[in-house]
Amino acid sequence: MSDAGSPDDSSENPLLRVEGLQKHFQVNEGLISSVLRAVTAKEADYVHAVDGVSFELEHGETLGLAGESGCGKTTTGMSLVKLHEPTDGRIEFKGMDLTEPDDEELAEFRQNSQMIFQDPFESLNPRMTVYDTLAEPLRIHDIANETARIRRALEFAELQPPDQYFDQYPHELSGGQRQRVAIARALVLDPDFIVADEPVSMLDVSLRAGVLSLMERMTEEFNLSVVYISHDLSLLRHMCDRLAIMYMGEIVEKGDTEDVIENPQHPYTRALINAVPVPDPNVGRERVELAGEVGDAIDVPSGCRFHGRCSEYIGEICKTESPPIEQKVEFDDDREVACHLYDSCQDGS
Amino acid sequence: MSVLEVSDLEVYYETESAPAQAVDGVSFSIEEGENLGIVGESGCGKTTLAKAIIGILPDEGYVNRGSIEFDGRDLTEMSEAERRRYKWEEISMIAQSAMNALDPVYTIHEQIVEAIETHRPGTGRTESNEIVAEMFDLVGLDPERADDYPHQFSGGMRQRAMIAMALALEPSLVLADEPTTALDVIMQDQILKRIGEIQSDINSSMMVITHDVSVVAETCDRVIVMYAGKIAEEGPVEEIFGNPYHPYTIGLKRAFPNIRQSDQDLLSIAGYPPELTDPPSGCRFAERCPIATDECRTVEPEAQQQGDLRTYCHYADEIDDGFRSRADDPETWEETEAARSTRSAAEVNN
Repeated sequence: MSDAGSPDDSSENPLLRVEGLQKHFQVNEGLISSVLRAVTAKEADYVHAVDGVSFELEHGETLGLAGESGCGKTTTGMSLVKLHEPTDGRIEFKGMDLTEPDDEELAEFRQNSQMIFQDPFESLNPRMTVYDTLAEPLRIHDIANETARIRRALEFAELQPPDQYFDQYPHELSGGQRQRVAIARALVLDPDFIVADEPVSMLDVSLRAGVLSLMERMTEEFNLSVVYISHDLSLLRHMCDRLAIMYMGEIVEKGDTEDVIENPQHPYTRALINAVPVPDPNVGRERVELAGEVGDAIDVPSGCRFHGRCSEYIGEICKTESPPIEQKVEFDDDREVACHLYDSCQDGS
Repeated sequence: MSVLEVSDLEVYYETESAPAQAVDGVSFSIEEGENLGIVGESGCGKTTLAKAIIGILPDEGYVNRGSIEFDGRDLTEMSEAERRRYKWEEISMIAQSAMNALDPVYTIHEQIVEAIETHRPGTGRTESNEIVAEMFDLVGLDPERADDYPHQFSGGMRQRAMIAMALALEPSLVLADEPTTALDVIMQDQILKRIGEIQSDINSSMMVITHDVSVVAETCDRVIVMYAGKIAEEGPVEEIFGNPYHPYTIGLKRAFPNIRQSDQDLLSIAGYPPELTDPPSGCRFAERCPIATDECRTVEPEAQQQGDLRTYCHYADEIDDGFRSRADDPETWEETEAARSTRSAAEVNN
């Protein structure tokens, strides 16, 4: 397989460019509901899981997607590796448009992008040995040196000695070992891009740091670009170069991880960061109570989706106009915020 | 005055081979109005401890030795019927999974009323209804929704309903087993705040069981760190987090990323806890400990008092002679017996 573009295209294009990604799921897709809809002439309802997400991921960069349950972060991640077909929007991988890829492009993309799931108890086939689990992607993509590659991937994942794991089934492994097998499976194809969805949240505390440092090593040694999906901001601060905060299917703030955490600007980001408990009893924490619960993802709120809970609500504009995510004159870092509190750089100039 | 006094408690589980010593020689007390945190990794015995206290151990679990004194009476000596009176009325439990703890075929309202009327037979329906409405209000739920079934609630709402239920009878002791682990941070924050407010209203004590050291740091007065069925270290929350003596406490603290710190070097504790059916004769943490010696592997450590801390480590006295800095350095943790055995296996292979 040769690289799709010229060798220097990596310097021009980001590894991944996502523009206006949308994923809507139809509610009540069943036969009876659709007959009823036809009779009553009502339109189908959709869950707006992801609603216009845009970002770029550079080579070797790690991006964190954070937000509460149901904010669309996992759906975004799954759309990125084409486990979901987006409703709308465009995903470019190394300059290659993935909207309607031909077979060859899709095969190349599948080989270069991998996903690590939250629950290693469910993501590994219980009837396959560790060897077969890792061999499957190699066979699909017709890659030689199967055993050597598998051995290398297991060694990298600190499953030592690798041969001892070849014939083991997932149920014979601990949670930490299973997640390491899942990481090894993701690495065995030598991908450029990995989506890791809550990679350690199912693991015991003492094991988390080990898996995290393995993933850090993986990013460095393979020069990988990784999208980490997690609700745990402490973890994302530790793992990511850049951070995007999601609320109800949209990115409300993104920027350098340190900037976003140290100096959050969107009222939702502030509430989210403020709610994280600190493992130090001497550090006081200001508690901001957020009103209400996350809004309805089917009948989404008008204007800014956060307006009903926002402590900085400034009036009608929040209710009527959806704030675009953009750079604001108030901040000189490369941060983008979707909030009417700040002035757009575009209006100012 | 102590609300609860646990002495030399041993809780075992029958297994096909030897019994698993899930809780082994644990002693502690909880004072009135005090919040005690229990932290440790899965299988350290923290949930077993709570189940033994409230009296809901599974069939294969039993108290092998020791006493659990509540209000001056030993719960382990009581008959099942006698114990039931204490359950919920005096000692209640907020379970980890509210989905499984609530009965799906009854409305939330019915379930709370049932608990009230069972324990306070004289309570009229109007009064019970008032209590439910009041509790709903306290935990931030709309009282109008009390007649909903559990499946009509979101996860956060169910957890709050569970808390309302656990606190409705104003028990003197609440056992909270991972009360917020299943929730998002914002919901967790609100619920912890609510629990704190209600608790100070009814002046109950609480035992918070969690793997999340930051939750304990924020909600508890005192902390017990458990490892493999035993107490590793116990003391005031400031001391445990500020100046711990046990290498396991130091390691656990460093294994967590802190949102307030950038560029942290996380530490990973290699290996796994020992088999509880055949625990090691020495310190149970020795194999994974960066400062372990032959003494640790053979002799079980006694409690050592270090100021307000009770530490089960042979080297607590000498911690400042370089032991603390070694235990605080991620690199020394790569030289523990457990870490070395993983690596040496690899070398044999090569």
